[in-house]
Amino acid sequence: MTAQQIIFLIVALYTLGSALMVVTTRNLVHAALWLVSTLFGVAVAYALLNANFIAVVQVVVYIGAIAILFIFAVMLTRKDMRDAGPQMNSNWWAGALVAVLVFGGLTSLLSGWSGFQNTAAALPSGFDAISLLGESLTSPEAFVLPFEVASVLLLAALVGAVYVAFNKK
Amino acid sequence: MSFWNDPLKVAADWLEGVFAGWGMDAILAHVLVAFLGVFLLITILMVLDIFLVWIERKVVARFQDRLGPNRLGPFGLIQPFADIIKLIIKEDTTPGGADKVVYNLAPILSMMSVLILWAVVPIAPVMLGTDLNVGVLFLIAAGAIGTLSIIMAGWSSNNKFAMIGGFRQVAVMVSFEVPMLAMLMIPVIFAGSMNMNAIIDAQNVWYFFLSPLGALIFLIAAIAELGRAPFDLAEGESELVSGFNIEYSGMKFGMFYAGELLHAFTFGGFWAILFFGGYRFFGLEQVSPFLAILILVIKAMLGYWVIMWVRYTMMRIRIDQMLGFNWKFLTPLAFTLLLVTALVNALLAGASTWLYVVGMFLANVVTGWIALEIARSATRKERAQVEGPKTVEAHH
Repeated sequence: MTAQQIIFLIVALYTLGSALMVVTTRNLVHAALWLVSTLFGVAVAYALLNANFIAVVQVVVYIGAIAILFIFAVMLTRKDMRDAGPQMNSNWWAGALVAVLVFGGLTSLLSGWSGFQNTAAALPSGFDAISLLGESLTSPEAFVLPFEVASVLLLAALVGAVYVAFNKK
Repeated sequence: MSFWNDPLKVAADWLEGVFAGWGMDAILAHVLVAFLGVFLLITILMVLDIFLVWIERKVVARFQDRLGPNRLGPFGLIQPFADIIKLIIKEDTTPGGADKVVYNLAPILSMMSVLILWAVVPIAPVMLGTDLNVGVLFLIAAGAIGTLSIIMAGWSSNNKFAMIGGFRQVAVMVSFEVPMLAMLMIPVIFAGSMNMNAIIDAQNVWYFFLSPLGALIFLIAAIAELGRAPFDLAEGESELVSGFNIEYSGMKFGMFYAGELLHAFTFGGFWAILFFGGYRFFGLEQVSPFLAILILVIKAMLGYWVIMWVRYTMMRIRIDQMLGFNWKFLTPLAFTLLLVTALVNALLAGASTWLYVVGMFLANVVTGWIALEIARSATRKERAQVEGPKTVEAHH
């Protein structure tokens, strides 16, 4: 096993353990903090894949904005942080089945792929992932249209949120 | 390559050779040396932090027409060590009903969010933690951890004042992150890279002269991010006693305090790197890396001094004023400036350096002037509404 594989296994176990804690802990703020830890694990996984930009954006967007928003919402809406109700509903076995099937299906699909056993090739020197990403997001031959559509969608959501929250005098 | 041209590389190679001589695996030796490098950087920063306490106390004393610490040692230089001894031997209390793990984790995360910033700071042309190609965004990502530590401290203390202080601080940090991110993009537009070293290399003309307004907005956002006056409503002593860190005692409080001082110094450093050429000063940085470090520290100290100057001169503003100022004025202005900068950059792409600098400077001045005029007419209208028709009559 290479050092990178060992690091990946540690990070993956850490991420999965944190994700498990998110759904099993009874304290809602603790759940939000475990979610932060899970998102960190995912960011480390991105960094291991040499996707620095995605890793940093993961931290900025998911931890800096979304997780903080979660924590705020929990703190402002709940007085008692403890949840007393049952942690599973009667459909837990269906969820477990779907999870196992997805995992099994993905594993069998990937094991049929020719590159399954290969280690990643080293990046060529001078490889600049951000420039490539930026160019493909703004180039008419690549993804400029989906990118702009997504921006307009987000803007519409923003305007909608302001409209809903706006206090008419 | 001699020690004086690239001290870190030479020292690292020598250490790796020593470890290899002990029969250690090459990869293990490399990792160990990297860890030692991080350890060395953090140690230097923490020692610097001790003296920042002295600097902060001395400067605030001068601003308030006092002498400051002057009893222990020459110029009171030993005073911070006395402070540290006091903090260490102080009783370490945990409030009843506190969430122990989160409560103890918060000061560590707070300090960590500052120290981690130094991973991307180019201290000298050949000395930097990691040559990250997204260095500028890393700044915001580390800020996210700082925000998290404050909300953790505020919530876990089981104290109303701490909670309110935490909420306020997070509201400030989350809002001012937006103009700060927009202003971080201005050096990126000029340099064409998000790499810190590339931004410094491209600064043949300090970006302050290309974008004075951008530098100013970045400084305001940085002060808000630090939670210092005039944005220190998170620790408004008259309302909240001390804010999110109210229940912390001893070295745990010390971590927050030292973290804040180092954070201010670090932002002074980032201000210098992004807008004042970092370690560059008329080619002196090429003479010796040690001179480059000295230049960067002096520039960072000047930035830190400006932050202190603002802190001890301005009054605290209310939270609604703070949010209104950010969302109605600073954020639109930051985005407008970003658009103007990008447009002018595209228009003047082929122009000579002089034309480029003058054009950029004028674009900044015009944008700032229009923004001020709009703000002035808006506040005039608001004031007329509050004061009633009297002022209208007075005009006639």
